Amino acid sequence: MVPISYYLILAAVLFSIGIAAFLIKRNVITIFISIELMLNAVNLTFVAFAHMWHQVTGQIFVFFVMVVAAAEAAVGLAIIISIFRARKTLNVDEIDLMHN
Amino acid sequence: MQLALFIIFGILAVLGALNLLFQRHPINSALSLVVVMMSLAVLYWSLGAEFLAAAQVIVYSGAVMVLFVFVIMLLNAGPEERTHGSRAAYSAGIPGAAAIFCLLSFVFLKERGVFGLTTIGGDLSNAADNIAEISQMLFTKLLLPFEVTSVLILVAILGAVVLARKEQ
Repeated sequence: MVPISYYLILAAVLFSIGIAAFLIKRNVITIFISIELMLNAVNLTFVAFAHMWHQVTGQIFVFFVMVVAAAEAAVGLAIIISIFRARKTLNVDEIDLMHN
Repeated sequence: MQLALFIIFGILAVLGALNLLFQRHPINSALSLVVVMMSLAVLYWSLGAEFLAAAQVIVYSGAVMVLFVFVIMLLNAGPEERTHGSRAAYSAGIPGAAAIFCLLSFVFLKERGVFGLTTIGGDLSNAADNIAEISQMLFTKLLLPFEVTSVLILVAILGAVVLARKEQ
């Protein structure tokens, strides 16, 4: 018997670490990885709430999040590959074509 | 037993996430994320979401992370270096993330009486099997969104091929 709030706090911890990594990291692939971490943390809250309401709706929502995350990973990594071809760097500080 | 599972795999997930944050090399971050995802799969299972636990292992730690590791290897990404921008991000990122965590955990702890307790394996309101219930819902009530996701995947494949193609 674990309180649901423990699961929610665990998800909050993972989400906050994801935000921190998203802001701190300078490598575009690592930034993308931290987005995946945040998606996973939100999925945990969905599953916990689905358990709380004894309904399966939250789990189906997580299923759709997984599908969209897989599609997003494929397109995002393709964009990263084409950026690397054009700029020869993965550092987000140097990818600043729209900055000036 | 569920408390033991929660403590072991919750701590494992947090340690994996912290390792993701502190490692400099992208491949170490990617492999730490695999640890987080596998521990989350166990937590899903303990909350009665067997289908999602399997899908988490197959889709996330299987397919998506292989794609990540493949791209890291392909681009030969080295460890990131500290720049001026990263120091500014440190001073803004850590307090911001801590503030969001404090806000979320304050709300969750304040309302913890409403949320109640978990029971291992979970129990749906109509005493149905988890996977049977999901498939029932997915192929009757949510058939159109389910089919639309297949179109989404198709578009994503085409987009990935077009974007990653070498220009002549």
